[in-house]
Amino acid sequence: MLSQQVHVDRVFHALGDPTRRAMIEKLSKGPITVSRLAKPLDITLAAVVQHLQILEKSGLVRSEKVGRVRTCRIEAKGFSVVERWIADRRSLWEARFDRLGELLAEPD
Amino acid sequence: MKERSVTHATFVIERSYRAKPERVFAAFSDPAKKRRWFTSDKEFQPETFAMDFRVGGRERSSFQTQGATCTNDTVYLDIVTNRRIVIAYTMTLGHHRFSSSHATTELVPSPKGTDLIFTEQAAFFEGADGPQIREEGWRKLLDNLEKTFAH
Repeated sequence: MLSQQVHVDRVFHALGDPTRRAMIEKLSKGPITVSRLAKPLDITLAAVVQHLQILEKSGLVRSEKVGRVRTCRIEAKGFSVVERWIADRRSLWEARFDRLGELLAEPD
Repeated sequence: MKERSVTHATFVIERSYRAKPERVFAAFSDPAKKRRWFTSDKEFQPETFAMDFRVGGRERSSFQTQGATCTNDTVYLDIVTNRRIVIAYTMTLGHHRFSSSHATTELVPSPKGTDLIFTEQAAFFEGADGPQIREEGWRKLLDNLEKTFAH
């Protein structure tokens, strides 16, 4: 279904870039701050943040900011079959309630 | 990861509609209205849809997806006009029943119109791939990645 395809596309897009793959490989060793993640990659912090956003959107990576420090980690759930089932079922209903909204917006 | 035979999950969806609860409720109780949002021509090929909106009444729908028939079998457990609808439903793909759920829809009046709160408690059975996950390719990729990164 559409949302599942979007999910798959996002994962492939996330993994299709060598820098992002390097980031995932680094993260697989443990959580790390964004600045420490950027260092060995020899790219700007802004570029790392952009890559990070794509990784987070794909559900493979999670990050949180405490104070001024942002820490990232692998989101194991992103890889889990179970989470995909739940996401699919949820998406099915989200799409239904979207359509309900459209129906209600029509004059009765 | 060892696959359990039954996996349970709960999720909540909240929406805010510019329509009075009576109108939102009608979109659930009137088969002609419900069909329009519950099924989708764009994503699937809807086949059947029949509903009997009363406590104890059944609702059945089916659609074609990726060469198989997916059916939804619903029973209404509780209905409070303009306020609450509670259902239990199972889904099958072909001959395989892959999930069973309990779902509550609450309609709460709000200044904007209606707040809809949908809560589902789902049980997914072994092989609960559903109609969506039919391509082994990308799943294998993610499974392999999971093995690589598991600590």
